[in-house]
Parts: sequence; structure tokens; C-alpha cells
Amino acid sequence: MAPAITTLAADAPALSAANTGFMLICSALVMLMTPALAFFYGGMVRVKSTLNMLMMSFISLGIVTILWVLFGFSLAFGTDSGSIIGWSSDYVGLSGIGITELWDGYTIPVYVFAVFQLMFAIITPALISGALADRVKFTAWALFITLWVTLVYFPVAHWVWGTGGWLFEMGVIDFAGGTAVHINAGAAALGVILVIGKRVGFKKDPMRPHSLPLVMLGAGLLWFGWFGFNAGSWLGNDDGVGAVMFVNTQVATAAAMLAWLAYEKIRHGSFTTLGAASGAVAGLVAITPSGGSCSPLGAIAIGAIAGLACAMAVGLKYKFGYDDSLDVVGVHLVGGVIGSLLVGLFATGGVQSKAKGLFYGGGLEQLGKQAVGVFAVLAYSLIASAVLALIIDKTMGMRVSEDDEVSGIDQVEHAETAYDFSGAGGGITGRTTATATTVPSENTKVDA
Amino acid sequence: MKLITAVVKPHRLDEIKEALQAFGVQGLTVTEASGYGRQRGHTEVYRGAEYTVDLVPKIRIEVLVEDEDAETLIDVVVKAARTGKIGDGKVWSVPVETAVRVRTGERGPDAL
Repeated sequence: MAPAITTLAADAPALSAANTGFMLICSALVMLMTPALAFFYGGMVRVKSTLNMLMMSFISLGIVTILWVLFGFSLAFGTDSGSIIGWSSDYVGLSGIGITELWDGYTIPVYVFAVFQLMFAIITPALISGALADRVKFTAWALFITLWVTLVYFPVAHWVWGTGGWLFEMGVIDFAGGTAVHINAGAAALGVILVIGKRVGFKKDPMRPHSLPLVMLGAGLLWFGWFGFNAGSWLGNDDGVGAVMFVNTQVATAAAMLAWLAYEKIRHGSFTTLGAASGAVAGLVAITPSGGSCSPLGAIAIGAIAGLACAMAVGLKYKFGYDDSLDVVGVHLVGGVIGSLLVGLFATGGVQSKAKGLFYGGGLEQLGKQAVGVFAVLAYSLIASAVLALIIDKTMGMRVSEDDEVSGIDQVEHAETAYDFSGAGGGITGRTTATATTVPSENTKVDA
Repeated sequence: MKLITAVVKPHRLDEIKEALQAFGVQGLTVTEASGYGRQRGHTEVYRGAEYTVDLVPKIRIEVLVEDEDAETLIDVVVKAARTGKIGDGKVWSVPVETAVRVRTGERGPDAL
């Protein structure tokens, strides 16, 4: 998150209706990204696990929202303690915050900042779920989210964005969440799948996406919501930085999509829809940390590099044999690392930060700082997430049984299936017997 | 009597139906089918992972005809189904012992 705007702080900042309105809209846009992600992921799995994939994202909206109000905001953005974690009792239950109290030298209320940041906290664990498709107990996942945001996301958000957080104070630039969101989620995904193992039939059974239109719809909505994610991260738009970020988000995403498609055409012979959607997301991920410090031309380069690198990276799971079902590592971890490191090359020194990258005469200093940020978050998230997964796996068990996985996790975990094919001519085999327990029988008297 | 069975490309159904009607065929049965011949399906690519799809969509048309019409009818179907490209399908006939119209109980050629 952006450091305090000193020019504004010189005159005591006053609540800006324009910035507040802008940030409430941005917060709503970021909220949309989580259901968008659900559809992006939901279309990529097989028919039998569509609902579970949607629910793994959706449940984050419930769990993280409550935790955030209770103690999450305080841990992430409360008064710093040892550069590691925050705590402010006023933030517990969001109980001691005045409605016109401004956030840390900015022109928006604390409530607006809290709700904007909440949406980031919601989507980050949801991102992890793509790697775990088809095979994780829903209760285990809910417990994992609860522990993970508390022990990993809230502290890491404090390191990167909290005043006093050690990466923030060191000068690591993470404009909108390359390290705190994408590397964090990607490394966590890798940590968990190394513990829980592969899907039944990985590399043997066909696991084609069941609905590419859903994937495209999800990717399109993610792209749309990402403008709130990125352009909102300056917490206002008095000096145009948010607008630059908006432009950079668009051009990097476009470049990444084209780069992924070009790679695919050369390597596999076709321009695929999944490639277009994946390339766009890779570009969005990569521009997230870097877009506040680079020029639009720099954003094109960053997007193109990320699109190409992520397209190549998604094949690694077959090579190394880890089952990252929907390529969370290949897209979010790799994209996040690339975007975060490229700040060290493409930072112009004239947008959000004065820090200059290697290509703008800044030497290697910023690159070094970025590398520390990348490595610290990657290592902490990877190890902590693997340990959490191991504890859950040894106690309540992380995976559904092999039989249940093969027959389909939707039915087992949610008592529902995504689609009813019985009306499409397969009526005999698809016929169901209804036993409605909540509908009163004819003999029951119902008071009107 | 003969049963003519044609497994052909789905988009040729209308042409075949019209050709059969023009020939005077009264009824037919159409089923969705899938399978492959020498071309062995096709390949799909998802994020670089290639899947070979062996079974491609086809339709199966079945018509009962009298013996003397069988050869001509096969030619009619083949002509209507042909695109000249790989995967056009197959047509064959087999002898049928009897046929009964369920509504009236008529048997043999009368049931057609």
C-alpha cells in the first residue's frame, strides 16, 4: 500500500468526498473479484466438482469478513509491534473508529480503508483453492482459511503495507499486492499440495475444463474488478497515480494475453480461449506490484514477460509431478515473483515512489530490496502453509476418500450437483425421487 | 426386408432426411452416436496439456426397407452424406427377419 502522502499531510488532510466515493467503488470492484475467481476456477474443473470449486472461493467471503472485523484489521494495520505484527484495540470489532476519522494521513475514512483492505484479505486465500481442486474436505478448507489468514495473511500484509512493517520500512515496493497477495497465495498453494498430494488419476485421466465460457466470464470479471484492486491502491486520486495505475493495468494485461497466445500458437499450434484467459490473469498479477512505479511502455514489457513466463511455467507441474490443479503456482506465484522483481528494473522514480529501477539509472538497489521481499514472503508462506496443512491432515484429515473423489466431491461435500442433465433426453437414468422434509403434507394443518 | 444403418456426420442429417423422403421412405430412426474411424478423433490443448479425443460425435440413422430397394437406398444415403472429407462415416445393411407395426399388428412389408 502507498506510503502517506506528505504533500497532503502538510496541510491537515480533510475528508474528500471524491476520494471516499472512488474508494467505495473500488472496494466493491475488488469484492466482485472473488466470485469472478470462483467462476474462473469453476469452469476449469470437471463437471463433478464445479460447485465445490465455487464454494471454496465463496466461503472466504464469509469467514474472512468476520475475522477481519474481529481482529484481522487490527493485526494487519494496527500499531506496529517489532516490525512483525500490528495491534490496536480500537480496531477490534471496528469498535473504536469514528465515522469521519481519516486513515493515516489520507483523505478517506478508516472505515473505507478497512473495507478496501478486507476485500484483499478475502480473495487471497480464495486464490489458493485452485491448486486444491477436487480433493479437499470442505470443513478442512474452512479451517485452513481461518488459520491461514490469521497466521499468514494478516502478518504478511502488515510486513508489506503496515506502517512499521519490516518490508515496508525497508522500501520494498508492492503497490497493490504482488507479494502480499499473489506470491503469498501461490507459495501457500505449493506448500499445501506438497502435503496433500495429487488428484486421483493425475497425468492419467483426462481432466479437461468443463466450461471454458465460465472461465472466460470469470477472467473478464476479474479483469474488470482488478481496476479497483490496482487503481484503488493509491487510496485516492488527487495526483493522478491511480489513473496511471489504471492505464498500466490495462496495457500489461493486454500484452500478457497476446504473449501467452503467441507462445501457444508457436508451441502448440492454436490460439486457445484458456490461453487468452490465463494470459490476461498472468498480466494482471504481474502489474499488481509494479504498475504504480512504471510507465505504460514498461507495463507492456512487464505484461509480455509475465505472459510468456507463466505460459511456460504451467507445464512444470507435469515435469516435476506436483499437482497444482489449476496452476496457482504457475500463474500467481510465478507472475507475482516476476512483477515484484521487475519493479527493480522498470521503476521510473516518477510515479508512486522516488525509487528508480536499473533501467532508469537506479542501479541494483531496488532490485535487491524486491528480491528480499519476494524471498521472505515466499519462504514464510510456503513453510507456514505446509505446516498448517500437515496439522489439519494429521488431525481431521485434509482429503476426501478416494471413492468420493472419483465419484465427485460436489455430491459428497455439498449434497448438490451443478447441472441436471436428466431433462436433456437422459430422463430414465437421471430420474430422482424427491422426499421433501420441509414441505407440509396434505394432512398437516397450516395456519395461514 | 433389410435394415439400412448409416453412421454419418451430424450436419448431413437434413440432406439425408430430404433424400430419403424424396425416395419415398416413410420413417426413420435417428440416434446420437460417437465413434471413430481411420482418422482417430482429434487433439485438444488446455494450457499446453494435450488431450486426444478419440470419440467424435456422429449420428446413426436406421431405416427399414424392402429387399429390392436396399441397394438403391444405400446409394441415396451415401450420396447425401458425402462431403469428401475424412470422417464421412459408413453405411451398411443387414437382413431383417420380421417387422411389426405396433398400432395395427401388421407384419412384413405392410408394416413399413
